[in-house]
Formats: sequence, structure tokens, C-alpha cells
Amino acid sequence: MTYFIVALLGMFFGITLTNGEVISWFRIQEMFRFDSFHMYGVIGSAIAVGALSMVLLRKLGVRSMKGEPIVIETKQLEKGTVFGGIIFGVGWALTGACPGPLYALAGCGYPAFFAALLCAIGGALVYGIIRDKLPH
Amino acid sequence: MDFFSSFWPWYVTGPLIGLYVPVLYLLVNRHFGVSSTFRDICAAFIRPTARYFQYDWKAHRWRLVFVAGIAFGGFLASGTLKTAPQGHVSAQTLSVLASLGVRDFSSLVPADLFSWRSLLTLRGIMLIAGGGFLVGFGTRYAEGCTSGHSIHGIATFQRASLIATLCFFIGGLISTYFILPLILQL
Repeated sequence: MTYFIVALLGMFFGITLTNGEVISWFRIQEMFRFDSFHMYGVIGSAIAVGALSMVLLRKLGVRSMKGEPIVIETKQLEKGTVFGGIIFGVGWALTGACPGPLYALAGCGYPAFFAALLCAIGGALVYGIIRDKLPH
Repeated sequence: MDFFSSFWPWYVTGPLIGLYVPVLYLLVNRHFGVSSTFRDICAAFIRPTARYFQYDWKAHRWRLVFVAGIAFGGFLASGTLKTAPQGHVSAQTLSVLASLGVRDFSSLVPADLFSWRSLLTLRGIMLIAGGGFLVGFGTRYAEGCTSGHSIHGIATFQRASLIATLCFFIGGLISTYFILPLILQL
């Protein structure tokens, strides 16, 4: 049942990314060229709604559907946050797609993005293999 | 339905995306994030021997279901949006891109750069394979992408995620102003 809801949520997320033009290569270029508010509005309002609802969940002491207390997963600041972040940013501006949109674009039927998705998986594979040799 | 057959303004799209942060905590008590599935797919299907892939990926199966849903949602939306007029991408951006050599503005992605045939050109390989590779490598190295860091991480007030997001932008700006123009000349 949970998987079914997650699949529906994923589907609606794919629709949202597409209808919201987040998958648009041109919108990402426009964002990096500071020519439009569109993507800043999308990301900014997503953060605001996410932050407000998480504060609300905590204030109300809401538990997850499994009955567990909600534990926010934390991200550690490491050298990889900076190096990896810049590497991802370079790729983001080239493909015009971050990981969510890569899946959506592959589903939209752009064969080139199916190839880009496979290369992203390849990138993760290479990272995993050479991980111990990288500064962290 | 009109709603699904038109493009949405940012104030519809953004809040809908933001709601995934609380909804995924409520449903699976996990954070919203997409790029971790690249690692999951390697661990599940390629099964490399590297230590990085020795973990219980089955515990995160929901993420694979989620991204399969994203692809299917993209498929559905591309059908309903076929006849929708394009959103208004800034004329300034379009004219700069035209001067850099982009020719096709008819779709959400420039078809002249992102097609099967372009994979046979050096330019296409750099954009599609090179760009895709950097997205996968970089997001795993940074332990998150736009969803995990920029949205979930900043929404939960995490310093690492704010720094990661600044770095995503630094990389994106370097790429937009210095690397993309070189690739488009190829």
C-alpha cells in the first residue's frame, strides 16, 4: 500500500516537474543567466512551504504513518559538499536537468535524456569505485 | 483537464514540490531526495564490489518506486502538454542562446542538441554523456542534489545544504558562462 502511494506521489512529481517547466533546458539556462524569476520562484517557494510544514509537524508533534517520531535526516558538511556540489552544478547547466528532471525527461520520451540518465548512473558508479581516493 | 494540459506558474509548482518534504517524512519517515537512487540502481543491478555499494539497498526500495513514478509522470505529462503553448522563456536568454548557436526553440529542450543523432557528435557527447556523468558523480560526492540539499536540506535549516546549494550555483555559473559556449562551438 505504501509503495502504491509512493508510486502515485512519484508520478505526480514527474507531472509537476514537467508542467512546471522545471525539466526545461531553457528555464535552467534562464536561471543561470538571471533573466527570469521563474526557477527562483519555484525553488524558493518549495523551500518556504517545506520549511513551514516541517516546523508545523514538529510543533504539533506529528508522527509518521508507521507511528515513529519524525527524525530529520542531517547532511554533514564535508569537502565533498563543495567539490561534489561544483561538479554537479557544471553538469546541471549542461544537461539542463538535475536528477528528478532526468527521470522525468527520460519518461517524456527524449531518448537523449535516457542516455544522460544512464551516464548519471555511470557517474555514481565511478564515484563509488574511486571514493576512497577522493578528498572528503 | 485544463489544469494538466497547460504549463503552471512558479507559485503552483514550487509549493507542490515543497510539500514532498513533509509528505515523505509522514509516509516513509525519510527525506525527500532523488540522486541517492543512482547509487541504489548501481547496488541493485550492477552490484559493484566497491565498499560504497555494500549496503541494504532493499531498505530504500521506496525510492526506486518513487523515481519510476517520476518517469511515468513525465510520460503522462508529455502527452497532455503536446499542444500547450510554451511558457514565456525570457527573450534575453533566447537571443543569447541563439547567438551561441542553439537553433531549435520549439520544445522544452533544444532538439538540435539533445537527440539520438547528436549523440554521434562531439558536442552532443559532451552535453549528454558528459553532463549526465557529472550530475551523477557530483550529486553522490556532495551527498545530495537539488531535492535533497536545496529543498529538503535548506527547508530543515541545514548549513551543509545551504553551502551545497551555493556550490551547485557556482558550478552552474562556471558551466553556463565558460564551458557551455565552448561546447556549443564544437
